[in-house]
Order: sequence, then C-alpha cells, then structure tokens
Amino acid sequence: MVNALEATSPKVVEPTVFDLSSPGRVGVQMPAPDVPAMEAPPSHLLRSELPLPELAEADVVRHYTRLSSFNYSVDGGFYPLGSCTMKYNPKINEDVCRLPGFLFTHPLQPIETAQGNLALMYQLQEWLKEIAGFAGVTLQPAAGAQGEFTGILMMRAYHKSRGDDKRVKMLIPDAAHGTNPASVGMMGMTVVTIPSDSRGNVDLNALEAACDDTVVGMMLTNPNTLGMFDENVEKVISLVHGCGGLMYGDGANLNALLGIVRPGDVGFDVMHFNLHKTFAVPHGGGGPGSGPVGAAEHLLDFLPDPLVGIVEEGDDETPPLYGFITPAKTIGRMKTFHGHFGGGLVRAFAYIAMQGPDGLKDIAQYAVLNANYLQAKLRDTYKIPYDRICMHEFVAEGRFEGSDVRALDISKRLMDYNFHPPTNYFPLIVPEALMIEPTETENKDTLDAFADAMIKIAEEAKTAPEVVKSAPHTTRFGRMDEVKAARELVLCCWLPEGYDLS
Amino acid sequence: MTYIPISPHERDEMLATVGVQSLDELFDAIPAKQRFPKLNLPPAWTEMEALEELSNIANANENARGDLISFLGAGMYHHYIPSVVDHMLRRGEFYTAYTPYQPEISQGTLQAIFEYQSLMAALTGMDVSNASHYDGATAAAEAVTLAHVQFRGKRNRVVLSPAIHPQYRQVIRTYTQAMGVEIVGENDGLSDVRFSAEDLQALVSEETCLVIVQYPDFFGRVYDYKKFIDDAHAKGALVCVIANPTALALFKTPGEMGADIVVGDGQPLGIPMWFGGPSIGFFTTRKQYIHKMAGRLVGETVDNKGQRGYVLTLTAREQHIKRERATSNICTNQSLLALASAVYLSVLGKAGLKQVANLCYQKAHYAANELNKVKGYGVSRDVFFHEFVLECPQSASEINAHLLEHGILGGYDLGQDYPALKNHLLIAVTEMNSKEEIDALVSVLSEVKYG
Repeated sequence: MVNALEATSPKVVEPTVFDLSSPGRVGVQMPAPDVPAMEAPPSHLLRSELPLPELAEADVVRHYTRLSSFNYSVDGGFYPLGSCTMKYNPKINEDVCRLPGFLFTHPLQPIETAQGNLALMYQLQEWLKEIAGFAGVTLQPAAGAQGEFTGILMMRAYHKSRGDDKRVKMLIPDAAHGTNPASVGMMGMTVVTIPSDSRGNVDLNALEAACDDTVVGMMLTNPNTLGMFDENVEKVISLVHGCGGLMYGDGANLNALLGIVRPGDVGFDVMHFNLHKTFAVPHGGGGPGSGPVGAAEHLLDFLPDPLVGIVEEGDDETPPLYGFITPAKTIGRMKTFHGHFGGGLVRAFAYIAMQGPDGLKDIAQYAVLNANYLQAKLRDTYKIPYDRICMHEFVAEGRFEGSDVRALDISKRLMDYNFHPPTNYFPLIVPEALMIEPTETENKDTLDAFADAMIKIAEEAKTAPEVVKSAPHTTRFGRMDEVKAARELVLCCWLPEGYDLS
Repeated sequence: MTYIPISPHERDEMLATVGVQSLDELFDAIPAKQRFPKLNLPPAWTEMEALEELSNIANANENARGDLISFLGAGMYHHYIPSVVDHMLRRGEFYTAYTPYQPEISQGTLQAIFEYQSLMAALTGMDVSNASHYDGATAAAEAVTLAHVQFRGKRNRVVLSPAIHPQYRQVIRTYTQAMGVEIVGENDGLSDVRFSAEDLQALVSEETCLVIVQYPDFFGRVYDYKKFIDDAHAKGALVCVIANPTALALFKTPGEMGADIVVGDGQPLGIPMWFGGPSIGFFTTRKQYIHKMAGRLVGETVDNKGQRGYVLTLTAREQHIKRERATSNICTNQSLLALASAVYLSVLGKAGLKQVANLCYQKAHYAANELNKVKGYGVSRDVFFHEFVLECPQSASEINAHLLEHGILGGYDLGQDYPALKNHLLIAVTEMNSKEEIDALVSVLSEVKYG
C-alpha cells in the first residue's frame, strides 16, 4: 500500500542543477584546438555517456545565488557557536590570498622560483612558534582533526624512539571535543576518560589514579569546552609528565589565550592551531580549515615531512634561500604538498601581520570580555552550571523547571530572532547544554539584542511553550525530517543506469 | 583594535556589568608567572601596508600565468577556471558560514554539497559520494580504513601499485603506521615504470583487504582495469581506483570497470593550484559501503512545510557521536571547494568538460609527437592522458635547469622517486598550453647541445 503522504512529491524550493538542465545549453565555451588533430584514443577505453547537466552561465549564477540566500553567515549576522570561534573574516584577506603570485604557483616548482611563498610560510611558522611558545611548527595539517592526528602520531613515535613500547593509554577529560577520542581510536590506543571537578577543572584525584607507565599522554583543551581555564593546569601537566606522558594541547580555544599565556610556557609538548578559528580564516561552510601543529624541542625530530627552513643562509645583501627540510625521525607526510597554503596560510599570515603583538592581546581580552558580559546578562535567566569568570565562551543549561522546552527548541527559536543558535548538546557533561562563544568582533548592541532574545525565549518557554517547540517559524525552511533522510538515504540526485532502488 | 567594534566607554560599561575593574582582571586563573608574555612580533600593518607587503611577497614568486610557461603537473594541474566559479565562492553567504548543522538556515551549503555528491557520482560512475576529504591522498588513506573495517581486521594487507603518485603512497603509509596493516607493492621489485598488471596481481592474496591503482596512473597511462579488478575480486579483495576527474570526461569510468571505491583529487575541477592547497579529495563508492565510509554525507528529505530539503545524515558514524569508536576523526569536509567543483562542473557541463579533456588530450599528444621527433628524446607508445613520460638524453634536473633559463617550467623529475628513471621527465599539458608554448618547449630542447 502506498502511503498517501509519501506519494505526494515535496515542494521544490530550488531545483538542483540536474533539474535545471536542458539539452544543448552551454555555459562556458572552450576554444577549438590550435594543434593538428591527433588520432583519437582507442574506442574500447572511452566512456559511453557523460551524465552532467547542461546549463547557461546565467542559469548557474542565478541558481547558486539563490542557494546562497538560504544560508546564515557571519557576514549576515551573529554566530555565537561555542568552540567554533565564528569571528568576522576580514575582506582584505580575500583579496591578498588571490594575488596571481599565490594562485598560479605550482607546489613542485623549483624553490628558487617560489621564494615568496616559502618566505611567507617560514615567517608564519616563526610567528606561530612565538605566539604559542613552541620550538617548531608544521603548517602541513589540513584541519584541526588532522593536526590532532599528527600530534598523536608524534607522541607515539617519541615513545617508540625511546624503546618505550608499553604506552597505550591516552587520558582525555570528559569535556573534550569528539575528535580527541576519535583521533586516538585511529591509532589503536585506549582512551581513559578523566572526569571534571565541580569547578570545571580536571579532577586531580582521578588523574593521579590514571597516571602510570602505560600512559602515552593527555589531550587537554584549555580553556576547556566549558570555557574554563583549568586552574590547576600546572599540577595536571606535572602529573602527566611525572609518569612519562606527554601533554597534547587542543588549540581549538586559543582565541582566549593570544598574548595572555603561551601553552608551550605552561608545559604543553605539542598542540594544534585552528587557523580557521583563531586567525580568521573563513569557515567556508565547513572547510577547508587549516591545522598547523606546534612542538616542543624534544618532539622536533618527529614533525611531518617536510618543513620549511633556510637551506642557504643570507647576508646583508642577499636574503636567505628558503626550502624544504626533512625532520630526522619524521612521522611522514600528512597530505600532498604543503598544507592549505592559499586558503589558510596566506589569510592567517595577513591577519597576524595586521594585528601585531598588541592587537593579538586585544583579541583575547575582548573575546573574554564579550563572553563574560553575555554570561552576566543571562545568569539570572539560565542556569550556568560552572559559574565563574569564563574565558572566550561559557555553557548554560537550556532547560527550565516546569517546562519541557529543551536546548534544541531554544536554538531553533533563536533563528526567529535572526540569530544563529549556540552549539547545543555539547559538552556532554552539561544537560541540555548551550555553549555560547560571542568572539571579539561583536559590538555591545548585538550582544544586548542576543541577550534580550534569550531572555524573551525563556519567558516564552513558560507562557507559550508550543511556539518555542515548533520553531523556527520565520525561516524559509522548517525543521527537517532527519529520520526520513537516514532511512531512505537519497544521497544523489542522479542515479547510475540500472541502479537498484530497493 | 582592528575588527574589534567596542568603544572605551562601552568597554567600561561591560566591565562593570561583569563586576571586574579591568580587562586584565579577567585572567586571574592563568598562572601568574606565565601571564601576559611579551610577544616578539612585528608591529601591526595597516590594510594598505598589508596589501603592499603581500603583493611584494607574491611577486617574489614566478607563476604560471605571468612568468613561466608550465609543463608541470604530477598531481596539480594548471586549468582554466571560469570566472563565475570565484564569483560564487566570494559570496559571504557561502564562505563565512559554518558547517551546516542547522539545516533550516544552511540549505544553500547543504544543497550545493548534495549537488557536488551527485556530480561526483556521475563523473566516476559510482552509486554515492561523500561530502569530500582534505585531498586525493587522504581520501585514498580513508579507503584503506574502509576496507580494513569491512573485513573486521581479518585481512591486513594493502597492495599499492608503484605507479601511484609517490606522495599519495607516503600519506597512506603515514595514516596506516599505527593500524596494523602491511603495505606491499612498492618494494617488491616493481619500483619501475615497466611493471605490469600481472606483476601487481601476483601480490594480491587472501590476506589482501584493498588494492589501490591509479587511473590514469602517475605516468599518465590509461589502462582498462576491468580484468585486473575482476581478478582481485576473485580473491576477495576490494579495489580502489585513484582517478583524475578531467580524464573521466573522456575515458571509461572506474565504476564501469568494477571498482569498489573511487577517490581522487578534485583540484582540476575549478580550484587554483595555490602552491598546492587547499584542494579537495573526492570519495565515491558502492551503496553497500555507505555505512563504512568516513566523512560527511548530505541526504535529501522534507521539512515540516512539505518542502524538499537536505540534512547531514548518517552522522552516527562520525566522531562527535561515536568518539573513539569512530573509524575516522574527520570532522570537516572541504565544503567551499565542493561548491567550487559543483559550480565548475555545472557551468562547463557535459559539453564543456569534454572540450577541456579533449584539448588536454590533443595538445599533450601533439607535444609528445613533436618531442619524440627530437634527437635523443623518446616517448613511449602507451595510451596516455594529460601527461607522458619523456626520456631525455641527460639528467632530468639538468634539462629542467636549462628550460627554466628560457622561462619554461619543465616536467616532474621522475628520478626523485624512481631511481631507474633519472633521465625521465613527466610532462603535463593542459588546455592552458598554446601550440606556441609547446613549440617553444620543443625548440629549446632541439637547439641545446648536450655533453
């Protein structure tokens, strides 16, 4: 029996490029060959059909422009997404990363012809070392998660190089990002979860009990995902180092620390940066990111291959010659070529250069001020389970006594007030978590308007809960049927010939 | 204070609301002796200075548009990018959005990725595509993970063709070093351009979870892998084909040949070379492997108003839910570059992409024919696309140095990775190379006196 509802086709708001296709339409015309006609490839090697759409250029522009109008973005409004650092992305960075000297250089061209790129990369390595207090930096990792993977491979290689083969346990606080345990899982190591104490710090007793000679190290996000700088960080690090483990820093929350404290100075051995968070590389709708890794002296030999270095010293008249060097005991190559050069490294370089040391400190200070200001404005309305001075973000509970309105509903209702929701249901240790990170690039009026909307929603949760629970009401699209998506798995608007739909 | 929109007056009001006297007081939790380090960084540039300085840095490079005639490929190609691609990418609504976790206000990104998935499935002849990986090499490494998980760790050997891009092989080794898999194929007497499909097949056994080959291979050669794949399947192994997406406009798809997984680098599809990145890794497979595939997936559904819409789906496979039981830690895709590929494939379309591929084919064969006529140089008779191996009368590095003096960026020096090929260059020709440029290459190589 066919369900009447399922038989009705959904209303199409914007057709796909396949829906829009019309045979014979041409977008961009390529030139005719300027060489004599060559013998065609053997026919048994050719494909019979190329099922791509046929559209005119204007069709394509209208289509993607309409699609873009369905997106919320930092350019369009406030994006208080915890642990994501959705700061404003400066426009000049879009221009400089597209300079022809960057766009049209080949990663394998001789180093003598790419000294601009290599000098920029060398300088960025130096700056990141200085900002976070490390002895070396690789720019190769493609994203934060790949940076973590890099760091853990380096920790593993360090222990192995010392003949210390029994280390298999990675200590991870319960507030950690999901990528931390997943990165460890890729390595066949065991995750040992360390609880947080009542002030949101690592529970020292539990940590001490877990520290033994099978510990690879600990992965600590600091400030953690509750937005708290661990008050006992020095003790935590000394416990881990005391049992021969290494300290991994998840740099996701580095925005709070610029010019405030250098993770390397506190004792972290290895850490990844998220250039797409801290250094204003745009998020791009979910990538590309960029996840350089910093390492202390004793881990330098294990960095990925290659690094940018000086291969011939310069003098007063000649600049040095920059090139590639291979660390002695490298873990190997993480990806092809040299990292996310154009999209990540050039933009981050421009951003740091335009801040200078004082500007970087301002960033952290105002990011922390904005978060504390919002926390103060919301404290009377929303429960803040770990309530003290926070860093760049804080976590509130999205639930109210006597109401079944949940964090998800509050998030959706915020859309009706034209705000992007906070991160919700994370960290896992706070029920109905709403994790709010305003960043330094928001003004007081925006923060006030957001706080007002949050307070209004809390009222609505009591007076008109159905309005909150059925939100959003004003967006072009409503809540999606996620169960249907996962059950039917339509992942493609084009089906190969003979595709079995069952 | 660049980009910080808070006046001193507002700052003071906000500090009062928080209940502290100064900004510094917000940082009392930081260990005092490490607090507020003096960073040794140059003073801030203004926007005007930044533009000037970065222009100087960019101009210190020689690039393939302004300064050099390029015949360098080897995994990164100089193709024409229609103007419309970057116009779409520069819409702030796309590039300043986050991962589309809130589908009600992210349908632009979600539908674009869905279209990208559809276009890549169409191009490779496979059932499904994910939302992308970092690059072709990491996508290939994720294929190893899929196969290893598919056999629940009972088959622990991966056969790599030596004719796979050397850096891809390095990345696969890095990714698998802690996985307990053994990699064969590189150091088994096959490390030469002359190995055959039969030699490689001989390494496939009951222990093999995955065989990886490249199409066209690193040397540009186009093989029909149908029989090879059938034979590997007969031994129970899965087969992954690393494909060049431009070649797929002309040549039989890996899907038609029976591949289980098709990966590759999407850079030729509308992404600038940008000194090597960012690029995009595509990953397509058969529907029976969907649940084992890493990375994000966008699926079609409906909203509560009865409208067609899209969401990230099967997220239970991913790291933020499964944590240490996830098979991959990947938590991004290359969204903006998936958009670039979708716009590129849409605006070129069926006819345009064939034209691009045909131009590459014609021009590369013209170059090969002309170079083959030059005394001392030789080109093999294999069917090739985009790229071919040029045997030279002396070391490839010397030839390249000479070409560079004439403003020509020569091919990839194969001796770096294949000791037997130290006099061999891998020459890439795309639609960007005019006949004049090709003739210039031939003429510089003809006129030079060696030894």
